[in-house]
Amino acid sequence: MTNHWRDLKNADLILINGANPAEAHPVGFQWFMRAKLDRGAKIIHADPRYTRTSAVADQYLRIRTGTDVAYFGGLINYVLENTKYHDEYVRNYTNAAWIVKEGYGFKDGLFSGYDAAKRSYNVATWAYEAQPAGSGGPNEPTSGAPAGSSAFANTDYTLQHPRSVFQLLKQHYSRYTPEMVERITGIPKADFMKVAALVGEMGKPDKVMSIVYAVGLTHHTTGGQLIRSAAMLQLLLGNVGRPGGGVNAERGHANIQGNTDNAISWEILPGYLKIPAPGQTTIADYVDQSASKASHPNSWNFFGRNYRNFMVSLLKSWYGGAARADNEFAFDYIPKPASNASWITIYDQALKGKMEGVILSGMTATSIGPDSNQVLEGLAKLKWLVVMDPLPTTSSEFWRRPGIDHKSIQTEVFMLPTTHWIEKDGSFVNSGRWMQWKDQVIQPQGNARHDHWITAELFDRVKKLYKASGGKFPDPILNLTLDYKDPLKPTLDELLQEMNGKDLTTGKRMASFANLKADGTTTSGNWIYVGVYPDPSAPTVAGRADANLARRRDGVQDVAKNDPTGMGFFPNWGWSWPLNRRVLYNRASADLQGKPWDPKRPGIQWNGTAWVGDVPDYPVNMNPADPAAWLPFIMNGEGTGRLFSSSMVDGPFAEHYEPIEAPISNPLHSAQSASPVAFLYDQAAGRPSRFGTVQDFPHVATSYRLTEHEHYVTQHVPHLVGLQPQPFVEIPYELGKQLGIQSGDRVRVSSARGRLEVLALVTKRLGPSIIDGKKIYQVGIPIHWGFVGIPADNDPGKGKNWLANVLTPFVGDANSRTPEFKSFLVKVEKM
Amino acid sequence: MSGVSRRDFLKIGAAGAGGAGLSALGFDLAEASQIKQSLHISGATQSHSVCPYCAVGCSLIAYTQGGKILQIEGDPDSPVNEGRLCPKGATAMQLATSARRVDDVLYRAPGAGDWQKISWDDALTKLAQRVKASRDNTFVTVDANGNTVNRTEGIAFAGGAAFSTEEGYFAAKTMRALGLVHLEQQARV
Repeated sequence: MTNHWRDLKNADLILINGANPAEAHPVGFQWFMRAKLDRGAKIIHADPRYTRTSAVADQYLRIRTGTDVAYFGGLINYVLENTKYHDEYVRNYTNAAWIVKEGYGFKDGLFSGYDAAKRSYNVATWAYEAQPAGSGGPNEPTSGAPAGSSAFANTDYTLQHPRSVFQLLKQHYSRYTPEMVERITGIPKADFMKVAALVGEMGKPDKVMSIVYAVGLTHHTTGGQLIRSAAMLQLLLGNVGRPGGGVNAERGHANIQGNTDNAISWEILPGYLKIPAPGQTTIADYVDQSASKASHPNSWNFFGRNYRNFMVSLLKSWYGGAARADNEFAFDYIPKPASNASWITIYDQALKGKMEGVILSGMTATSIGPDSNQVLEGLAKLKWLVVMDPLPTTSSEFWRRPGIDHKSIQTEVFMLPTTHWIEKDGSFVNSGRWMQWKDQVIQPQGNARHDHWITAELFDRVKKLYKASGGKFPDPILNLTLDYKDPLKPTLDELLQEMNGKDLTTGKRMASFANLKADGTTTSGNWIYVGVYPDPSAPTVAGRADANLARRRDGVQDVAKNDPTGMGFFPNWGWSWPLNRRVLYNRASADLQGKPWDPKRPGIQWNGTAWVGDVPDYPVNMNPADPAAWLPFIMNGEGTGRLFSSSMVDGPFAEHYEPIEAPISNPLHSAQSASPVAFLYDQAAGRPSRFGTVQDFPHVATSYRLTEHEHYVTQHVPHLVGLQPQPFVEIPYELGKQLGIQSGDRVRVSSARGRLEVLALVTKRLGPSIIDGKKIYQVGIPIHWGFVGIPADNDPGKGKNWLANVLTPFVGDANSRTPEFKSFLVKVEKM
Repeated sequence: MSGVSRRDFLKIGAAGAGGAGLSALGFDLAEASQIKQSLHISGATQSHSVCPYCAVGCSLIAYTQGGKILQIEGDPDSPVNEGRLCPKGATAMQLATSARRVDDVLYRAPGAGDWQKISWDDALTKLAQRVKASRDNTFVTVDANGNTVNRTEGIAFAGGAAFSTEEGYFAAKTMRALGLVHLEQQARV
């Protein structure tokens, strides 16, 4: 989230897409309801299924799954055509004025630079037109800017230049008429226009809208662009950076946020530093190819400018004395992946026989899929599999699942019992980036051990083997810092101190990442967490016995004292990265003079000498009237929000593409129906296609959670199993009638990849949509069941054919390789 | 209950107020439930936790006595949940302690039809050998283009959405030191 849960109460309008917060995040949903009940905010819910969220929405839109780019694109078009955008914000706080280099284009569903053989774009054709050298403004040359810093971009603040981002944007979205939105999404034009009128009002400076989404937007081959289209709309309305605004992801697991920040993710190092690429031999190469460059004289480009400081401080944290200036701070120790190494890739490599061992720590490959049958084949090809979990999973038990001959599976499996969250301390970081420390409440049950103690001991034993017998490049293993009182049992407190980092000269822990250095005199395991655990002498710690700021608990027991701005920031409740900032990009909450767009809902404001309110995303004493003042979006090269960007590999503007399995051909460009750059694993590996067509699988399906379950672990929780005891699929009422299916009947739902055999729940929550003139039904599939858990134990068939993700396709989004869990084709039959 | 926090509710209960709470039985159910509640947790140690399920981040108060959990409830001081919990959070105690937990380290040999219990020492010894062998088998020092890449291609690590941030940091640190490039958690899926 750019904002946070409680902030939803500040919104005038909330668009919810690809999410069902009333059921999936019910306690967070109270803040949506507070906005509605206390300030008359309107809620718009666009979803294939009418849910409890829809029931309290002011407008429900039955949207076809995977078509939200068309919906947001239609809204962008409406806002531009009717001049409803926030003019001052768009002109000054976005890159609308930037001129794009000649050669950029979009035709027949393809952007310029497409290479059909490689199924990828050369993004160099999506660049800005550079100013002649030496024509820069107050900050040229940017001292400390990365080497090879390019010239600034040409701009036209009248926004009239035909190649200005603004004009290209207008042209691009002119195709997204209300009629086109209806053809693609199935949302009737009249309903769409009602919503467009409400959204259009949100471009007024004293109005603000929030867009909320969950995995209903991410789990598509166009997932990245679905979210980008929402962000673009928010930039046009001037709603990013403000209380009550932003683009807000509801995350689905307690600590997805914290462990994304800390880079259990192939493409990043802690703090969203890019993983180095082959060919980079020095930190200078790495920074030059990874860090953004200032494209405007007033762009601070804070992240790009500090990239080197952050990377060197990370390497010092990890490799201590072995990271020296004369060895590029052990840059060679960091592995450099050949190509994508994300979730689906792991099983793709296993299928190819290239993956020997997999360690699953609180995740189950089998249930998650996609295409669980193919994932199971992959698991069977591993030499060894480790499952670290407190409870059995469909991965720990995969070799004895119903219907399988265990003798056919040669994989060695280790089940290592781990502790639950309540048996250890440490922090969880919620969707709103609030880091909240928790106590160890009880001792571990049975022989369970903490995950990180298992890792520590395993690492120690591997290290001993390398010491004793040598092996491939042992240096990073032998030199890894393990400066803990007991290296086999690091405490989470020690680890948080390491993440925070310290000044090696004084020995004191750092209070801000602004002080990190590239000369090897500072450490920080994760620069965005600097300041969470400062030196006890830091002003932020004043009066507190404990410098771990994530432990702070000044909450609603005294609202007047603990929420001084009334905006719900509660600055002394836990800690929020970066630097305890509660709303990201908050410089954009105030106008050019530093006055809040809406004085009743200030983010930060200039009081004549300083920025006050939230922790400013800006130098605290920078006078906005100074001609050299930085632009508001200090983290990127433009210094502004990007309506056009070359940072996505599938287009500088979001474009609607059909899901890989779609019921129609794309009405915008039938020759290029699906994403031209979605990653087709089976095709790339030379395996037979596992995709189906609408002739064989006539219905659109999507998957989701229920209130009473969380993914798969709750299959072990008796009360929750009691509340929601058995697997089912939701069938639209009319389709049920057509197929002779009634609630309680057993049905088979199949895709080209597998089948699910469960009970039918026939419901009017799902209904037909008219898509490009065709009547289409969407079927709903809760994801929770499998062959492990209380329901499976009680089932005569032991939960055979209960895995929802046997249905989903083995294909990834071009940017993130996120699987297309939320849009695929199925056939429904009565059994 | 809208507008009445748990804290207020407890006050109401303690004051014995609320004629609206009088049941057909002729006594105040709210008060009775409050007394039952107090007896349940009296003398217990109170500690703070956070819900293990979704990422709203509802704060929990856990009451323990003699090392056993008596009760888990929403923390009324939290600006996130103000004491409220959903069905999952409200039953968190059944996840915390469960007869369904795996209590022993288990090993399944290739082709075997059942688990065998082994010690932590055995498991970690075996596993360290597997990790070293797979690392050495699949490690690429220099790629086909002559670039130093120092990567382990044949081992993947995935997880972390359910454990503490600091554990995640440590996992990323150690796995990268082993040369892993296949590193993943629940964010993408």
